[in-house]
Parts: sequence; C-alpha cells; structure tokens
Amino acid sequence: MQNKRYTRREFLRNASLAALGGLTIPVFSSCTKEEAEDFLQKHFREMTPEEKKRIIAKLEQRYLQKYGRKFQISTQEAVPDTFWAYGLELSRCIGCRRCVYACVKENNHSRHDPQLQWIRVLRLKRGNLINLENSEHYYDPDLVPEKGFIYLPVQCQQCQEPPCVKVCPVHATWQEPDGIVVVDYNWCIGCRYCIAACPYKGRVFNWAEPNIPKEEINPSVHYLGNRPRMKCAVEKCTFCIQRVRQGRYPACVEACPTGTRKFGNLLDPNSEMRYIIDRKRVFRLKEDLGTEPKFYYFFEA
Amino acid sequence: MFLLGVCFTSFANGAGEEFPVAPPPMTEGMFPCSNCHASMEVNRKKRELKEEHSQIKLHHAETMRWCLDCHDAKNRDKLRLYNGELINFTESYRLCGECHGPQYRDWKAGIHGKRVGYFTGPGKRIYYLCAHCHDPHEPKFKPLKPEPPPIKPKDS
Amino acid sequence: MEKLQELLNETWHFYKRTLILVARGSKLYYAWCISLMAIIAIGFLFYMRQHDLGLIATKMNDQVSWGLYIANFTYLVGAAAAAVLLVIPSYVYHFKPIKEIVVLGELFAASSIVMAILFVMVDLGRLDRFWHMLPLIGSMNFPQSLLAWDVLALNGYLFLNLLIPVYLLVKFYYRKEPNWKFILPFILVSIPMAVAIHTVTAFLYNGLPARPFWNASILAPRFLASAFCSGPAIIIIIFQIIRKVSVHHIEIEDSALFKISELIAYAMFLNLFLLSAEIFKEYYSQTVHIASFRYLFEGLHGHKELVPWIWSAMTMNVVAFIIFLIPQTRKRLTTLNLGCLLIIIGVWIEKGPGFVIPGFVPDPLGEIFEYFPNHLELMVSFGIWATGLLIFTLLMKVAIPIEAGEFSHVSYVERSFRREEEYQGWRQDSFKKW
Repeated sequence: MQNKRYTRREFLRNASLAALGGLTIPVFSSCTKEEAEDFLQKHFREMTPEEKKRIIAKLEQRYLQKYGRKFQISTQEAVPDTFWAYGLELSRCIGCRRCVYACVKENNHSRHDPQLQWIRVLRLKRGNLINLENSEHYYDPDLVPEKGFIYLPVQCQQCQEPPCVKVCPVHATWQEPDGIVVVDYNWCIGCRYCIAACPYKGRVFNWAEPNIPKEEINPSVHYLGNRPRMKCAVEKCTFCIQRVRQGRYPACVEACPTGTRKFGNLLDPNSEMRYIIDRKRVFRLKEDLGTEPKFYYFFEA
Repeated sequence: MFLLGVCFTSFANGAGEEFPVAPPPMTEGMFPCSNCHASMEVNRKKRELKEEHSQIKLHHAETMRWCLDCHDAKNRDKLRLYNGELINFTESYRLCGECHGPQYRDWKAGIHGKRVGYFTGPGKRIYYLCAHCHDPHEPKFKPLKPEPPPIKPKDS
Repeated sequence: MEKLQELLNETWHFYKRTLILVARGSKLYYAWCISLMAIIAIGFLFYMRQHDLGLIATKMNDQVSWGLYIANFTYLVGAAAAAVLLVIPSYVYHFKPIKEIVVLGELFAASSIVMAILFVMVDLGRLDRFWHMLPLIGSMNFPQSLLAWDVLALNGYLFLNLLIPVYLLVKFYYRKEPNWKFILPFILVSIPMAVAIHTVTAFLYNGLPARPFWNASILAPRFLASAFCSGPAIIIIIFQIIRKVSVHHIEIEDSALFKISELIAYAMFLNLFLLSAEIFKEYYSQTVHIASFRYLFEGLHGHKELVPWIWSAMTMNVVAFIIFLIPQTRKRLTTLNLGCLLIIIGVWIEKGPGFVIPGFVPDPLGEIFEYFPNHLELMVSFGIWATGLLIFTLLMKVAIPIEAGEFSHVSYVERSFRREEEYQGWRQDSFKKW
C-alpha cells in the first residue's frame, strides 16, 4: 500500500511540476560543454588553487574573445594586518562627479542599458544632512558647487555588520579578512534580496548583459572586483580591491580634484585614516541601524 | 641607488622630512626666473605690475602682502620664508605652512590635499603641492563643470 | 519478485486510470483547460523573452528591485497558509461539514504554494543557478538568511499538503482505512507549519532595517490576519464553483461555507485593527519614516500612483468586513460571494503591490521612482496564475471522484456491487474511529 501511495504522490507531483519542468527545458536545451562547466562551477571560497587557476585561464580566454584585450585577472588574497577604511571630507566635495566616472572606467561598468554606477552623489540643501529624503540625485547645473547646497557622495560603506551578507541566501557575498565585502559574480542567483537589505543603496544589479565599450575596458582586474560581469548578477564598490591589495589608492581617491577622498589601513597607526579618526570629527551614515560602516565622513577640524 | 632616491624626493631642510612631490606647476618657459631677473634692478615699491606678469591678479592677502613678500627679491629662483631662509619651489609648502598652519599639518599627514599612486610599499607615489590645487596668486577654487547626472529611470 | 510485479501492474493501472480521468470531461472542462493552457503558453513565451534579455525586460530597476512577481508571491503564500483554517475545524474540532472538504482545501494550498514558488523562480535573475540554494549541494545560508528559511518552509509545506491529501485519497481509493497513527502527526504539524510559512515570509521583509516601511513588528501579525481573510475567501468561491460544475456528488454544505466565512470575519477585524494601529503610530509620531506611508495613502512630492489603488482596497476591505459581520448578509450566498470577491481583490492590492512597492519608495537615498508593471510582467503573471488554476483543476478532477466514491479500486473491480449507502456508511465509521 505504501508504495502505491508513493507512486500516486509522484504522479501528482509530476503533474503539478510539469510547468516547472517546462521552464527548465530551454535553460538546458542550449547547453554547450562550456555552459555545462559554468553551470557546475563551485563557489569561489571552496575552490582549490588549481581550480582557481583553471577558472582564471578560462575567463581570460573568454574576455580575449569578447573584448580583444589580454586581461590580467588577479585572485590576490587579503594582505595580512590590513583593515581598509575610507574617509570623505564633506567640506570639500563640490559635486563634480569625477569620482563616479573614474570608478565607471576603472571598474568596467555597464555604460547604458543598464547604466551602472557604484557611486551616487547627492545634493542636499544647506541646513539638512541626515534626512536624505530631500536629496537631489539628478542635479545638472553648469558649474558646481552651487550656492546653498552641499554634496554627499554615497557608495558601498563596507559595513562591519553587513545586512547584505546576512540576507544572501546562497553566501554569494561575504566579508573578506581585510574588511571588504565582495561578491562572487558566478555564484549570485540574482534574487536581489541584498539590494532590498542595503540601507545605503550600495549594491546595483546587472539587469541585462553589460554594455562596455571595448576601447574603454580596463584589463587589470581582480576576480572579486572589477572583472567584466554578466547579466543578472549583483555588484558593488569593492574599494578597488585590485588596487588596494597592491597598495595603490582607489580610482575615486585619485580622481577627486579637491582632495576630498581619503583611504587607509585602520591597523596602521600612521595611516591617513587613523589620523582622521583621531583628530577630525567623523560620523557615519545611518549609524543607528547598527551596520558599523567603514566609510567615515568628516568636516574640517 | 641613494642618489637615484634623492632625485625622486625633495628635501625639507629644517624639518628633515622628504615628500615625493610632483613638479611645481610653473607656466611654460618661466623657470628659471633668474634668466630675466638676474640682470634687472630690484624695485621694492608695492605696485601693480604693468609691463610683465600683468596677467597675474593677486587675490591672496593683497592688502597685507605683495610679490616680494614670498618671492625673494635678490634670487627670483627661490621663495623666501619669514625668517629669511630661501627655499626651492619644490618645497613651497613650507612657505604656505607659515600662515596656514592647520592645513600644513594635515597636508603632511595626507589629509589635506591630494596624493596619488601607492600609499604603502615601494611603489611610486606623488604628493600634490599646495600650488597644484590652489593657484598661489588666486587660491580660491574655480567652479567646475560637473559630469553628467545618472540616467533617470523613466517613471511609468 | 511476484509482489513487485503485482505492485507495478497495479501502479500502472492506477496511473492509466487517472490519466483517463483527467483526459475525459465535459465541454466546459475542455474549454477551461484549453484556455488555461493557452494563457500558460503565452506567459511562457514572454518569460523566454525575459530570460533572453535579462530582467531589464521588466519595469524593475535598482530603485524598485522587487515588483509584481514578489507581490504575487507574498499574496499566494498567504492564500496557501489559509488551508489551516480548514484543517483546524476538521481535525481538531471534528466539524463534519468541513471534514468533507478539507482534503480539497489542502490540495488548493498545494497549488497555491506551487504558484508562489513559480513566482519566485521567474523573479530570479539567474534561474540556472538555482542549485546554489540547495542545502548540502549548494551553499544555503541557513540560518542567517530568511530566504533560506522560506525555501525550506515552503517546500516542507508543499510536501505536507501533497502527502496528507494524497495519502487519504489513495486510502479511500482502495477502500482501506487510513492509518491515523501515521498521518495524524503530519496533519497536526501542518497547522503550525501554515502559520510558520507566512511568518517566515513576513520576517523576510521584517528583518531589513534599511526599509522602515517593513521594519515594523506588526508585520507578521498583519500578514497572518490578511492571509486568513483572503485564502478562505478564495476557497469559498472555488468550492461553490466545484459544487456547481462537478458531475460527481460531493457534499459541500452551506454550513461549511458559513463557518469559514465566520472565521473570515474575525480575521478581517484583526486585519483592520492592526492596520489602524500602524496608521496611528505613523501619523501621530510623524517621524521621517512616514514617507512610505505618505506615498501610499496620499502621494509623495506629487507622486501618487498607488493612492487610488490603496483607497479602493481599503473601501473593499471595510465593505467586505461589514458584509461578513452581519449574519444576514453572511448567510446569503449572493452577498457572501460579493464579500469574498471584494476581499480577494482588496487584500491582493493591500498585500501585493500596496505592500511591496511602498517599501522601495522612497529608496534609502531618498529617490522616488514610481513602479508600474509592464506588459511582459503582466503576461508572465497571468501565465503563472493559469498554471496554478490548471494544476488545481487536474487535482480536483481526480480528487473529487475519489472523495465521492465514484472512482475507486473497488468500483473498478466490483462496479455493480457497491452501493452508495454502503460507501457512505463506511466513510462515517472511518472518521468516527479516530
């Protein structure tokens, strides 16, 4: 009797899931060997060094075909005794958005359909800082700074208690030992729960296959950072992981014409960030949410 | 090796510190100033310059200072500190720091101003001089044209 | 070996018979199934377009990153949870009129869960990577991620709501008595499970401090209250349709429907009370977090797309509540059906778009984007609703004849010898025994 029940249940379940089965058919029908390999690719953190090398070689091959450039894909791990933090001097930001576009170039963002930008500069009326509801994102005057306004650039705050890491159902995003929250783009399933969970709108989604102009491609990339992504994966600022692990400033720090942006290692007592936290009045956005961001805003003296 | 290292850095005589600064932003063909000034007479009268350097509009404490308070009168290739010490243009931050103390302290720590390149390890780094961002004669920042805003998603 | 042979033969016969059962029917049945399949096919084609282009084919974007699909998902999980309102009266209180229909209600819950899972699947950007979510094989982020909990809870509830009705139906088919010692624990577990699936769905919104509209403790109770309104309302309508179109004699008594509607009245009161509690808290304290509420009920900085929707939903809910409250309107089928329709649509608006979209408006950086689903999303959603209805129709096509005693092992073997009364008597005894 029990076996009959199982077969009966099986029949019903098959009938019920016929539609589900139908949905997967097109997914599997166009399966080449390469796509099968992609499908079965492991989580980055579970790969052995040999597997990582193989994946890197495969990706380099693919990028060469797609973009015509020889890529150097690094999988460099966190440098020991580093804990990165960012500083932004609000009294100096003039809202020119050069950081936004330097980031776009350095990190191989999709330029249009969809247009992805990891940094967003908000314009706030003087007298109001914390309530971001009155911010303007699409200001486009002839010259900046405009009188009566201040500018607040926001990007991923690399929280110590990241809500996005907590809610990801597949561990596709995690915090590296040097404090950077990264995404394994090949593991992300595109559920966008992390985008709903982020209080700073730090994460953006590749709604379609990214459009990167070939001549503007940056070929020195990191696997977890700025390598060209694919459609329907989440991405975010990685503090230019390809640069900082080699000891270089992030692209936005170098692009800022007013020297607003600062970067450093919190574990190094001589670093710029320690100086700032010790001597300047720093604050962090939405501290009351308990996310412990590592992005410190400060004002002169 | 040591000499090579010397080439990439500049000395700060009094403080003994070395900062890897970028070359000072001189107008093309101006330096060395002594090409013209070595043969000229020194006129210490405070006046508006009409024959040369007329394009320089001094808007930097112009009621209290003028050209020869910073540029040494006898050796125009050097800048003059308050105690009479002469310094190179590559160390101009020491001169700015005489009045702008807090900014100078912050600049030395890297908080004020701009640094590019490598912040750790042996890689090349460049510190921008004060003069790179602030024109010493007209230091106030000029407004810039902003880059375009993000594409606004179309409301339904 | 011989037993296995016999078992396989029986299974094949059974399978064949159920296939014949679903393949034959009245003209109305064919028309219904074929139109549903047409809608499913259209929805599928649109989904393929979305699969090719990426989710840019929908109207969702970084500002409003969840839309119609997740709105429908939330509503359907609630509808599925409502089966518990049938399970409790039947198995805990032994209320006979509902006992007749509880199995059908559980199959309704199963179809609803399948629809909910389908909505999540079409919303995923990379469906081909779904295996990353499986525990042990992939890397499921349990227990930190509420989505992981939701996957486990929904699939567990689906399993229960297929196991229990199928077990009972198969036992009826073979005229054997169900082993209550075996199945009763599952039935009793399905009661807290129903509450659990909807609580977990509520928690997945609730646990996000980034979205103050959702980060309210009242969310889980409100979800349950609105689920227990809308689900039973759908059940009432569906059972009346079944009663009308089914050629088999299935006992769906009016008293069963009226008892369910009484439960809806309580649930709707709770829903309205919790809503007013939320509104008081927001409008009296007047913090900045009122922004999403303002957007929903009044419009924010000139953006007022959802305002007419939510006010019609509120009106529908209040009118329905009054209908269900007054016994005269509740006990008359015409007004009861009107009330059910009002509740189904009103709660859908309130819990679907009226809940998911204001969570994203304004976004964490203060931007306002008004989302409205586009053609593709609507077509895919209709396709999935049609899938659920088709599954439910096929399940009913098999379950009702079994329940009515007209499709059974015995009737296959000794068709002429079983009489209706004998069957009914056997069933009464069976229920009394446990």
